Amino acid sequence: MIELKKVFKQYHEGRINEVRALVNINLTLKKDCITVFKGPSGSGKTTLLTLIGGLSKPSSGRILLDGEIISNLPEKFLAALRREHFGFVFQRFNLIRGISVLENVMLPAYPMAPAHAPLRQKAKDLLERLHIPEKADMPVDVLSGGEAQRVAIARALINDPDTIIADEPTANLDSRLAVQFLQIIEQLRKDGKTIIMTSHDPRIWQARIVDRVIDMEDGHIVEENEKVANP
Amino acid sequence: MTEPNNSYQAGLLSRLGAAKQLYLIDFTLGAMKRRTGRNVMLFSVYLAIIFILGSVMLFSHAIRREAAILLENSPELLVQKLRMGRHELIEGTRLEVLRKIRGVRQAQGRLWGYFYDQANGANYTLMVPREQSKTTAVKPGETIIGEGVARTKGIKQGGYLFLLSETGKLMKLKVKQVFSNQSALTNTDLILLSEPDYRRFFVLPPDLYTDLSLTIRNKREIDKIVEKAAKLMPQARFITRRDILRTYESIFSWREGLLLALLGGSLIAFTILSFDKASGMSAEERREIGVLKAVGWETSDVIAMKFWEGALVSIGAFVFGVALAYAHVFFFSAGLLEPVLKGWAVIYPSFTLTPSLGGIQLATLAFFTIIPYTAATIIPIWRAATTDPDEVMR
Repeated sequence: MIELKKVFKQYHEGRINEVRALVNINLTLKKDCITVFKGPSGSGKTTLLTLIGGLSKPSSGRILLDGEIISNLPEKFLAALRREHFGFVFQRFNLIRGISVLENVMLPAYPMAPAHAPLRQKAKDLLERLHIPEKADMPVDVLSGGEAQRVAIARALINDPDTIIADEPTANLDSRLAVQFLQIIEQLRKDGKTIIMTSHDPRIWQARIVDRVIDMEDGHIVEENEKVANP
Repeated sequence: MTEPNNSYQAGLLSRLGAAKQLYLIDFTLGAMKRRTGRNVMLFSVYLAIIFILGSVMLFSHAIRREAAILLENSPELLVQKLRMGRHELIEGTRLEVLRKIRGVRQAQGRLWGYFYDQANGANYTLMVPREQSKTTAVKPGETIIGEGVARTKGIKQGGYLFLLSETGKLMKLKVKQVFSNQSALTNTDLILLSEPDYRRFFVLPPDLYTDLSLTIRNKREIDKIVEKAAKLMPQARFITRRDILRTYESIFSWREGLLLALLGGSLIAFTILSFDKASGMSAEERREIGVLKAVGWETSDVIAMKFWEGALVSIGAFVFGVALAYAHVFFFSAGLLEPVLKGWAVIYPSFTLTPSLGGIQLATLAFFTIIPYTAATIIPIWRAATTDPDEVMR
C-alpha cells in the first residue's frame, strides 16, 4: 500500500519562476489495483508519479510504502527501492539506443549482479510473454512504437517489482496497440502487480479493467472514481 | 563459528562486486560503440600524446642508462691541471704524489685530445687506450677507429687512416678494427692509437699527460681522497665518475625538457581538446543517465560505468602509445626525435639503444595521462548523476 500525506511539490522554489506542481495531496493507493491519474497537461499527474516512484522527493509531506516512510530516504536506498519495488514505463519508452533489445531489458538488474545466463533467460522469457521473442538481438532503434513499448514493459518487469508505474503509456500508440497494452496490463494485475498510470486517453481511464480513476487539476485532486468491483 | 559465515559473506560480496563491475564494463563497451566517432577521435589524440611523451621519456631513460653502463668502465677519479681556469697538460711527476695518498690503488697518466679534420669539418677524439686489453691494444702504426670516423673517412678495417699533424706531417695508421654500432654513443668519433704515435702526432714531451686517472680501493672513500688530493694539488680539478654521470644526466634532462617545452603548446592544445570532448555531455547522455537511475542504478553505478569508459580509453591509449613509443625508440632509433635528443654533430652517432623500460617513467606518464583523463570523464557525470532522475519522465 502506498500512502501520500500532505504532499506538496514545488519546482524552482523561492525563485521568480516557482511552480506549485502538487498541493496538499492526501491519497492511499491499494495493492493489486489499477489506478489511473487523468487531467490536462500541467495538472501534476507526472509529478505525482515521480514522487510515488521515488524519482524525486516532495517539497513537504510524507510518502509511505507499506507503512514505511520512503520520501526522506537517501539516494542510495531510493535507488534500491526503485529497482526492487517499481517498474517504470515512460511515455517515450526511454530505451537506451545502440544496444540490443535483450540488453535493454536486462539493464535494471545489472546493479544486483545476478548470474548472467539465468538473467538472459529471464529477459528472453519476458520477451516471449510479450510476443516479441524474435526481436531479442535487434537494436532498439529499429523497433516500432508498439514493440518499443513492449520492450519497456519487459524492462520494467525484469526485477519482478510489485508496482508498475506508467506515464501516458498509450500517447504514442494507435487504437489497436492501445488495446493490446490494456490486455498486457490486465494480465499483469492478474499476476498480482499494482498498476499506477497517468493518461489523457479515454480508452485507458474508461477501460473496464481500471479500478480507480483520479482526476487532477492545477496540482489538486479534484475527483475520484472507484469502481466497486472488477471482474 | 561466526568466522566462516563472515568470510563466506565477504567472499560473496566480493564476487557480487566483481560481477557487477563486469556488467558495468559490458554496458560501457556497448555505450562506447554507440559513440564510435568520438571515442576513436579521443583515443587517437591520447595515443598521439602518449606516443610523443613516451618516446621522449623512453629515449631519455635509455640513453641515460646507456651512458651509466658505459661509464662503469671509466676512471673513478680524474685529476686535471688548470691554468687560468683552463685545462692544461699535467706533469707525470704528480703521479707519485697521488699514489702516496692512502686509499689510492693505482694512478695512471692519460693521453687524449681533439683533432679538427678540415677536410670533413669534423672533430675526432684521439686517445691512447688506458689498458692494453685484447680489444683495444694498438701497436705503433696501428689504430682502432669509431664507426663515425670510418664512415666520414670512407675507410674499413685493414685500410689506412691518414692524419695531418699540427706540424704539417702526414701520419699513416693501419686500421686494425672499427668499433661496432652498439658502442657508438661514446666512441663514434674515437681514434685509438699508441702512446708513441700520439706523442709524435701532437709533438708532446714524454712526461706530460692530458690528465691523470686514479683507481680507488674503497669507492665510499672517494670524497675523502679528493679532499686529501686537493690539499696537495690546490690548482687541480678533480672529476669523479659520479660527476660525469651527473653531467650526462643533466645534458639529457635538459634536452628532454627542451623538447617537452617545445611540444608543450601542442600537447596542451590536444589535452584541452580531448578533455573537452571527454567531459562534454550530450543531451542524449544526460537522458541515458536519467533512465539508468530511474530503473534502479545507483549514482555510484553510473559513475563506475563512466569511470570504466574513461579508464578503457586512457589505459588502452596508454598501453598502445607506450608500445608504439617503445618500437619507435628501440627499433626505429627514435627517428622523429633524435635531432633534439641526441644532439648535433658532423659525425653523428648511429646506434641502437638497448631496450629498457623505466618503472618511474612509466608510472609518471600513467599518472599524468590516465588519472586526469579519467577524472575529466567522471566529474561532469558525477554532477549529472547526483540530480533527481524525474526529468526522464517529462
